[in-house]
Order: sequence, then C-alpha cells, then structure tokens
Amino acid sequence: MFRMNHQIDNGRLVPAFKAFVRHRLFIPIAFLSFLLLLNIFINPGFLRISLGRDSSGNPVLIGNIINILNNATELVILAIGMTLVTASSKGQDISVGATVAIVGGVVMRVLCGSETQPAVLHASVFVALLLGCLAGMACGAFNGILVSKFNIQPMVATLILFTAGRSIGSMAMGGLKPKAVSSFGYYGNFIPGFPIPTPILITIAMVTVTCLALKKTNLGLYTKAVGINDKASSLNGLNPARIKFMTFVILGFCVGIAGFVQSSRVQTVNPYTIVPSIEMDVILAVALGGNSLGGGKFNMTGSIIGAYTIQTLTSMLTTLNVNTNAVPVFKAVIIIMLVAIQTPVVKSFFSNMDVFSKRAVSDGKERC
Amino acid sequence: MQSLNNIQGAGSGGVFQSKLKRKESLTDTAFLLTITITLFIVIYILSIVFLGDKGFNKIQMFFNLFNENAALIVIACGLSIVMITGSIDISVGGSTALICTVCIVCLNKHGFNFFTVLILALTIGLAFGAVQGFLIAYLEMQPFIVTLAGMFLGRGLVALIEVNQIQVNNAGFEKLSAARIQIPFLGDINRKGVFIQSKLEYGVIIALIIVCLIYCLLKKTKLGRSFYAVGGNSQSALMLGINVRRTRFYAHLLCGLLAGIGGFLYLFHTRSGSVQQATGLEMDAIAASIIGGTLLTGGVGNIFGTLFGVLTSGIVLLIVTAIGSQDPWWPQITRAAMLCFFIVLQSIICSRKKSKN
Repeated sequence: MFRMNHQIDNGRLVPAFKAFVRHRLFIPIAFLSFLLLLNIFINPGFLRISLGRDSSGNPVLIGNIINILNNATELVILAIGMTLVTASSKGQDISVGATVAIVGGVVMRVLCGSETQPAVLHASVFVALLLGCLAGMACGAFNGILVSKFNIQPMVATLILFTAGRSIGSMAMGGLKPKAVSSFGYYGNFIPGFPIPTPILITIAMVTVTCLALKKTNLGLYTKAVGINDKASSLNGLNPARIKFMTFVILGFCVGIAGFVQSSRVQTVNPYTIVPSIEMDVILAVALGGNSLGGGKFNMTGSIIGAYTIQTLTSMLTTLNVNTNAVPVFKAVIIIMLVAIQTPVVKSFFSNMDVFSKRAVSDGKERC
Repeated sequence: MQSLNNIQGAGSGGVFQSKLKRKESLTDTAFLLTITITLFIVIYILSIVFLGDKGFNKIQMFFNLFNENAALIVIACGLSIVMITGSIDISVGGSTALICTVCIVCLNKHGFNFFTVLILALTIGLAFGAVQGFLIAYLEMQPFIVTLAGMFLGRGLVALIEVNQIQVNNAGFEKLSAARIQIPFLGDINRKGVFIQSKLEYGVIIALIIVCLIYCLLKKTKLGRSFYAVGGNSQSALMLGINVRRTRFYAHLLCGLLAGIGGFLYLFHTRSGSVQQATGLEMDAIAASIIGGTLLTGGVGNIFGTLFGVLTSGIVLLIVTAIGSQDPWWPQITRAAMLCFFIVLQSIICSRKKSKN
C-alpha cells in the first residue's frame, strides 16, 4: 500500500531513483561508499592524509586512502585484463597469481643473476621489465592458444598454469630467494623526493592507456561482439579465435606489469607466497563491477571501482586484526552472494515480484 | 494405419541408428580406458627395467603406490562423477584441509574418538557438497566460480581455526592409523636375505571398495545412467524425463561425500593438518580423471580409468623423485605437463568427432 501511494505522489522522483538503482555502476559505487562509511565509523581519522618522512628522510604522503590506492595497483591492473578476458571468452583466467610468480621470478633472475645479495643490478631495470612482460605475455599466449584454438573452457585451460606457475617461478629463480638493491624499490615504493607512491602513477598510466585503447580503437566493440555471439561476429568478418587470443595476451601484459610492481615492493620474491589468492580478488572485482561472469558486454569503470572496493575491504579486515589467511573466507561469501544475485533464476524471481507489485498498482488504479 | 506403421518403422529405425552411434561412443570410452591401462603398464615396466635398483622391482613399491594414493583415489572418483555430469569441483583440496584441521582439533582438545571424527569428516564433506550443489544446480551458477569460492572458504576457515601446523596426539587414533595388513606369501627379500611381508594400509581397502561401489552405481542404477545422460546432453536428458537439476545436485552431493571420505583417509595417512595441507589436490584429482578418460565436456568416463589415472600420475611422480632431482618444483610441473597433454588430446578427439558428425 505504501509503495502504491508513494509511486502516485512522487511520480517524477521514483523513476529517477529507479534509474539510478538500475544503473550498472550502482552496486559497485554503493558497496564502496558503504565500506568507506564503515571505515570512517571504525576509525574517525580514516580520511586524513599527511605529509611525513620515510626512513631515509624523503617527503612522502601518509594516510589510509593513499595506502589503499597504492596497494590496489596490482588488482586494478589485473582487473583491466581480466574484464577483457571475461567479456570475450565467457570464463576467467585463474592462473594470474601463479603467472605473477613467474614474472617475479624472471625479473629477479634478470636483476640478480644467481647471487643472493648482489651489490649492483646485473641488468637495467628496463630490460627486467621488458622480459617480465614478455614472460607474462608468453603465459597469456599459452592460455590463449588452449582457449581459442582447442576450444577448452578458460578455467580448465588456466588450471594448468594455476598449479605449475608457482613452481615455474621458483625454477626461474633457481630455487634462490635473492634480494635486489634498494634502487629497484623505486618502482614499488617512492622515487626519492617525490611524495606520491610510484604504483599510483603506474595505475594512472595503465588506466589512461586502457581508456584511450577503448575509445580510439575497436578493441572494446570487437571484444563485446565476440563475447555476445562468436558465430555471428565471425559471420560479420571478425576472427573470434584471434580476438580471444589477443585478450589473453593483453591480460598477460597486465600480469607482467603487476608482477614487476609486486616484486619491486619488497625487492624480493617468494614464488609460493607472492600475491596469495589474488585470482579470487580479481574475479571478485570484475563481478562487483557489474559485469556478467558469463561474458558479453563489459564495463571497465565498474571493474576498476570494484578493484578499489576489494582493496578497501582487505585493508579494513587487516585493521580489524583478521589473519591474512582467513581473509578469503569473507571474500568467498561476498562473491557467492554477488554471483547469486546475477543468476537468471534469482533475477526472474525478483522480476516476478516486480510484476506482482505492478499488477497490484494497476488493480488499485482500477479500483480508484 | 499404414502410414502410422511407416512412421513407427522410421522411428524405430532412427532409434536403432542412434543406438549404434551410442555403441560407437561407448567403444570410444573403452578405447580411452585401454590407452590409460596400457600407458600405466608400459610406464611401470619401463621403470622396473631402467630404475629397478631404485626399488621399482620390489613388490612393496607397487603396494606403496596404493598406500600413498588411497585418499586421492576416493576424491578422484567423486570428481569423475561430477565431470561425467559436465560440471566440475575444485574445492576438494580446501575441504580436505578443513577436515584434517577440524578433526585434529577435535581429537586433541575435545577427546573425540575414531567414529565421531569419521562422522564429523563426512558431515563437513556433505555440507560442502550440498551447498555447492544447491548453488550450481538450482541457482544455475557457474560451477567453477562456486567451487573456487568453496576452495578459498575451506582454506580460510582452516586459518580461522588454527594458523600453525598441528599433529594428531590421540593415542587411539594413532594406533589405528599405524595398523597395516600383512600380506602372506607376498614380499621382498632384503639385503640380509630376510623375507619381509608386504604391507597394505586399511585405507586402501576402503578406497578399492568405494571404487567398486561407484562402478556399480554408474553402470547398474538409474541415477548412474542419468549422470551420463545429463553430461552428454542436458536438453535431451530433460526431454527424456530426467530431473536434470536433481541429478546435478546429487552428483555434487556424492562428490562432497567422497571428498569427506577422502579427506578422512588423508588425515588417516598423514596425521597432520595445516593451511597448506593438500595444496593442489583438486588439480591432481582432475588430472587423474582426465588421464583416465573422463571427458571434461561430460558424458564419457569410466571409474576404473580414474583408478588407473591416479596410479599413472603416482608412478610418474615416483619416477621423478627416484631420478634424483632434489628440486621441489619438478613434481608439480610434470603433473601440469601431463594434464596439458591429455586436455589437448581430448580436445582433438572431440573436434574430430564433431567433424565426423
């Protein structure tokens, strides 16, 4: 009854509100704001940002928000690639964490050779970045060939690297755990004299490049077309196999960048523990961004907001002294709920309820 | 009337033809099974010939293959059932880790006895199977997403319960798990010339009984045939009057139950638990099923193939370690390479079938 009156009285307000609720970005933005509010409630000084000094006396920005933006770098970069893969191939790549370990292993091997504590870097950082990205793209190409040429479901195809990847990363380093000199750490922490963390700059660069690529090229259009119906798109002259392959290679490139940043953060890599369960976070970011995990249309902005939301959640749980290994419990529950909301069964259930209420409204009008 | 007969005749002809095709595909299953068994025998003979001095010529080695892999056999059976229905479950490693930790905590701190722990393990496995099966079958969520979440949920819960690695220190349980079956007349003569009887763990007997039970379930019962029908083509299965959703749910429930038994056998064998327990177990089980001839797309598979799949990957691991490579990464990489080979082989077989049709 209340709903009926409401609709009749504020006929103009309700559609606007409904349009906002139905917007694709509603869930990610609402969830992010909810988490931020919760954080402010737990810690009133949550939003404070101050200029401090690090151990070597350089000016750096300090604050919870800065930390979240900084730590979300890998997640945002991987979410960009994962969104494309999800859209084109109707499945997810679960090997990203293992591939990050491979990239980290390659980067450390290039920089340190077979010494555990080299006094100087064995190669320039640029070469290490390049080889790391190549390693990531090679892994992406491997997955891409399995998915596009052999028609294997993406998650099964990437299961191979999911298990072997961390071992391959360990093999790439020759079983050592070398530590690079501190100048390598500029890319994961701060460049001396510049207060903003470098990963934030890298994120901005990657997001800008992605925006340009989606605006100026047909990448987005082709990916959506292949994801919605690959037979139809091949009749229209596209090559679905090549586009799927390409999205996996792009994800491989993203993994390369993320692995480089991650290994630069602490200047050392343990392949068996680096970025634990990040594949879960990335898939969660894509799902949270309002993207269907069944492929088709995608929303890059949503995925990026989703990635920041996940990082906010993680840092909140860490603040509440939850064990790092136990954090996946909460994320698993959230991902199940989010995916459950998206399923056709639940959707049709809710739309049936909607139809019911409309009927009730029309009945009411007739009576009036 | 005549035309009706004609139609019926044509119909029966069609059924006859489809029966023939069904038989062809069945011989395909037998073909895959033969490949697996031959592969296992060839690898075993080669290892005896070339690595005989490393212990491969001993009978105990053959029994150890079963002793080490009893839990994996049971879990791989569950995965085969799920894969025959065209679904997948990658949460079994997580649930195994959870079962081990929960049972050890109950044994050590709360003084549970053997049977209560067994029931506890089965309950945890069934709970995983029931919840995941409900989400997959009735809410039509993607099996991979649901079970990936289940995997992280299992490991995360382990970390909530106990962060460190823990061992069983319950005398009764240890005594039971240390018990072995001595096999008369079978054994090896050691360097001093003393005859030592071969030993088999009790878990192996349970695993083999379960394999036989699952074989009967799949081949002889209506439920087993529905698994194959749903995996082969869920649309036709629906038209034939099979309750597709319920069948899918039962498949996941059964997989959960078998994961519970497997988890218990794992605990029985290792007597320890940690967050890292049974890492990669799901992948080993999937690999064993695939090597044993279960198609990832569903509808084709044989439990005895799965058994030989486990034994094949087990012997390959033994060979990798016996060759003397101390590097810890080779077992995982070898397994992944084998998995890759068989996945690609299956995909080629599938695409050839499609082009034939």
